[in-house]
Amino acid sequence: MSQLLTSTPHRGGLPAPVPTGPVRLHINGQTQTLQLAPWTSLLDALREYAHLTGTKKGCDHGQCGACTVLVNGRRINSCLTLAVMHEDDDITTIEGLGTPDHLSPLQQAFVDHDAFQCGYCTPGQICSAQGLLNECRAHSEAEIKELMSGNLCRCGAYTGILNAVKEVVDKQ
Amino acid sequence: MTQTNHIGKGANRVDGPLKVSGTAHYAGEFNVPNLAYGYVVNSPIAKGKVTRVHAEEVLGLPGVLAVYSHENVPHLAWFDRSYKDLLAPGGSPFRPLHTPDITFNQQPVALVVAETFELARYAAALLRVDYEQEPHETNLGTKRTEGYLPGGGKLGYAPPPPPRGNPEKAWKNATHSIEAEYAHGAQHHNPMELFAATVEWLADDKITVYDKTQGVFNVQRYLTGVFGLSKDNCRVVNQFMGGGFGSGLRPQYSVFMATLAALELKRSVRVTLTRQQMFSIGHRPNTLQLLKLGTNPDGSLAALQHHALHETSLFEDYTENVVNWSGMQYKCDNVKLGYQLAQLDVYSPQDMRAPGAATGNVGIEVAMDEMAYAAGLDPLEFRLRNYAERDQNVDKPFSSKKLRECYHEGAAKFGWDKRPLEPRSMRNGHLLTGWGMAGGVWDAMQMPSRASARLTADGRLLVLSGAGENGAGTYTIMTQIAAETLGLPLEAVTFELGDTDQPQAPLQGGSWTAASVGTAVKNACDALGQKLLKLAQKQKDSPLQGADYDEVEFVNGQLRLRRDPDQAVVLRDVLQASGETEVEADSTALPNMLKQNGYSLHSHNAVFAEVQVDEDLGTVRVTRVVNAVAAGRILNRKTARSQVLGGVVWGLGMALMEETIMDHKFGRYVNHNYAEYHIPVNADMPDIDVLFIHEEDDIVNPLGVKGIGEVGMLGVTAAIANAVFHATGKRVRDLPIMLDKLL
Ligand code: FES
Ligand code: FES
Repeated sequence: MSQLLTSTPHRGGLPAPVPTGPVRLHINGQTQTLQLAPWTSLLDALREYAHLTGTKKGCDHGQCGACTVLVNGRRINSCLTLAVMHEDDDITTIEGLGTPDHLSPLQQAFVDHDAFQCGYCTPGQICSAQGLLNECRAHSEAEIKELMSGNLCRCGAYTGILNAVKEVVDKQ
Repeated sequence: MTQTNHIGKGANRVDGPLKVSGTAHYAGEFNVPNLAYGYVVNSPIAKGKVTRVHAEEVLGLPGVLAVYSHENVPHLAWFDRSYKDLLAPGGSPFRPLHTPDITFNQQPVALVVAETFELARYAAALLRVDYEQEPHETNLGTKRTEGYLPGGGKLGYAPPPPPRGNPEKAWKNATHSIEAEYAHGAQHHNPMELFAATVEWLADDKITVYDKTQGVFNVQRYLTGVFGLSKDNCRVVNQFMGGGFGSGLRPQYSVFMATLAALELKRSVRVTLTRQQMFSIGHRPNTLQLLKLGTNPDGSLAALQHHALHETSLFEDYTENVVNWSGMQYKCDNVKLGYQLAQLDVYSPQDMRAPGAATGNVGIEVAMDEMAYAAGLDPLEFRLRNYAERDQNVDKPFSSKKLRECYHEGAAKFGWDKRPLEPRSMRNGHLLTGWGMAGGVWDAMQMPSRASARLTADGRLLVLSGAGENGAGTYTIMTQIAAETLGLPLEAVTFELGDTDQPQAPLQGGSWTAASVGTAVKNACDALGQKLLKLAQKQKDSPLQGADYDEVEFVNGQLRLRRDPDQAVVLRDVLQASGETEVEADSTALPNMLKQNGYSLHSHNAVFAEVQVDEDLGTVRVTRVVNAVAAGRILNRKTARSQVLGGVVWGLGMALMEETIMDHKFGRYVNHNYAEYHIPVNADMPDIDVLFIHEEDDIVNPLGVKGIGEVGMLGVTAAIANAVFHATGKRVRDLPIMLDKLL
C-alpha cells in the first residue's frame, strides 16, 4: 500500500540566487564593509562575514533570544532582521560591551552570580539585560523576570541571571 | 593560613570571562580558510524510500558545489561495527545517506554544499526529492502487547533484577493497594547551541574536526571507523559546548555530513543543523509505566511492582534504566520490576539528562504519593517508614546514604510540618495552593580516565585531559583540584580539555566527570608532586631530606614537611635550582573495584515543591522549591548549586511543559521548534533553595565526589505533580500537566 510522492519540476528553471553587494555596517564603533546578499540576516552577517561569533544562533526564528544585539541601544533579535537594513545603524554586540580583561559591570555580575552554565545563551542574555537597563523599565524582581523572558536558557541559569541583572539595576 | 585550599569553595568559573564576552568558541564558530557550507535536507515521510534526488537542477546554480545523497555517496565502511560509537546500543547504527530506505521522519536524505550558508540553504529548499511512502506506526499505545526485553544494551544498561518474594500475592493481600499507569511523550534535549561541525581540511585524508560533542574521542573513533582515517589524521576538538544534556553523547549526522563533504571536496566544510532538525537526533522516549503498590497495616510496603514500556527505533534497541531504581529506593521484600521496548518508526531515542531515572522516578514517586494517601499517611512519613538501609536489588549496603538527612533538612527548610494532609485545603480566593515532595537516586560512577600535568620554571601548572565542558564547570573544578593538590593559586593553573591530542577522558555524561577526570587530574598532580619532591631532595641541605611523599604537603606555593611546616622549600625554586625547565607527569585513574565491590554507590536527593493552581483557568505556577542533595563531596559550591538549579528548571519543564507531540497520521513531530516545544523561562522561576547535605565517602573514589548533574533533576517533576494533587485533588498521570488536564 505504498504511495508515490513525486515532486513538481521547477518551471522555467531555478530562480538564480540574488547577487551580493557592499554593505557598510557600524559594529562596536568600527565601520566595516561586507560583501553581502540582501537575504543575509544581521546574525549571519555578524557570525559568518564579520567573524564576530559572540552573537549566537539558537533558532534563527526569533524564538530564543540567543542572537540578541543592540541596535541604536535597543535590543533586537538579529536573526529576524536583514543586514542591509542596518547601514546607518549603531550595532553593539557582546564583543563591544567588554573583553575578558575588561568586563562590563553586567558581564562581571554574570560571572559573580554564576548566571550561566554552558554560556551559549549568555551573550544574548547580557545584551538583552543591557537593553533592559537602557529602557529603564525594570525595577522589581518580577519585572526583570518578565522582561528577560525573551531569552531562553536551557541550562536553567535563570536565578543567577535575575540576581546579576538585579545587582546592576540596583546600582543604576 | 592556607590560601591554596580550593576544593569546596565557591570560586567563580575560570572560563567565565570568555563565556560572558563572546570569546569562547563553539563548534560552528571556527573561522577556517576556504570554508564551504553544507545544509541538510530531511525526509517529510516516516517510512518508505527515496526514489529520486534531482541533484542536477540545483548543481546548475552558481556557487553550489555538491549534492550528496545515497545516489552518489562513495563506498564507506561496510560493517556495522565501524559505525558503532561507544554508546551504541544493540542493533545496527543509523548510517546517513547509506540507502534509499526511510525509517523515520526527518531522516536526513541529502546534503547540499555551497560557497555560502545562504546559498546552501536556498539550494536545499529547491532540491526536489521523490519518495515512495509506506504505512508507518508511531503510536506506542498500539504496541502494548508487543514489548520485548532487549537482549543486550548500551554502556551502563542493567536489566531489571529478578523478582523477589511474592509480589503478586503480597499485592493482592495488602491492607491498602493502588494500581496506576503513568505516561509521558517524547522530550527533546534542545540544548541552546545548534549541532554543528566545522571540518578543517588540511591535506589528503587529514582533517581537524570542531564538533559539538560530549566526547571528542567517541567522535574520533566513529570518524576513523566510517571514513578509514588514521587517528593521527583525525583530530577532534570541542573546548566549549553550548549544552548537551545527552544529545552529544553519540556522534550526530552533522559531523558525518561535514566530514564526508570535506573529504570529497578536499576543502573545509561546516554543517550546522537547524533547530527543527535537532528534533531528528534522539529524544527521551515516549514511555508507559504501570505501578502496583500495597501496604501492610503499619504502613510498610508489602508489595512493589513497576513495569515500563518505551519506544525504540526499528534498527536499534535503545535502553535506559527506568525501573531498577524503584527496587533500591524503598525497603520492600516483594518486588517485581519489568522493562520492555517496542519498535516504532521513529529515530533511536538517546540519553537525556538522568536517562531512565527521570522517567522511572515520576512513576515510583507519584505512585508513592498515591499510596501514602490510600494508606492515610503523610507522604514524607510514609517514605521514612520504608527507608532502605540496604540496596536490596544487589543485596549490598550503600557506600554512604544521607537521604534521611535530605528529607529532614529539606522538610525543615520548606516548613513541611505545617502541611495539612487533606487536598484542596490551602485556598486563597481562586488560587489553590499545594505542597508535594519526592526523592531521587542516581548512580555514583567512575570511568577510566587519563590526565597529564606539567610545571614550568615560571611556576605555572598546565593540566590536560580530553574531557568536555558543556556547562557543568569542568574547567573550574579541575583547576581547583590541580591547584589544591600542588598548593598553587588558581591563577597559576591552566586546565585544558576537549582535544583528542590530550590524554583520553571518558564521555562527558552520567554525572561521572568530576569523579573520573577529577581523580585522573589528582593522580597526575600527585605523580608530578613526587617528581618535585625527588628534585627538591637532590638539593644540598634540603630540609626535606629523607621524607616520604605522604610526609610532605604542597601549600601556598611551598613544599613542606607536614609535621614541621617551617621545613619548607618554594616550589618555583625547586625547579630553578634543579636546572630543569619543566617537570611533567601523567596518570591513569581507574575505579578501585576491590574497594567498591561490596557496596552500592549512589547519590540521593529530596525535593519539596509548592504550586499554585488557578481553579478557574487550570494554570499551574510553581512558587517554591527546596532541593536537598547528598552527593558526596561538593567540589565547587557555586557551580554545583547552578547544576542543581538547572535540574530544578528541567524538572519543572518536564512536569508542566515539555512534550514533543507526534502527529501519528504523518509520523512526524508537530512542535519541532523552540516556540512550540515549551521550556521554562525566567518568569516561570520559583524561589529555589538548594541544600547540600554533608556526606563523606571514601569508597566511591579518592575525592569522595558522586556527581550532581543528574540527581539534581530527580524528584522535582514528581514533587510538582504531587503538589498539584495536593492543591486540586486531581491526580494527573500523563505529563506534562497542562491546564486542560486540570479543568
Ligand atoms: S537565534 Fe534569533 S531568536 Fe533564536
Ligand atoms: S547557559 Fe546554557 S543555555 Fe543558558
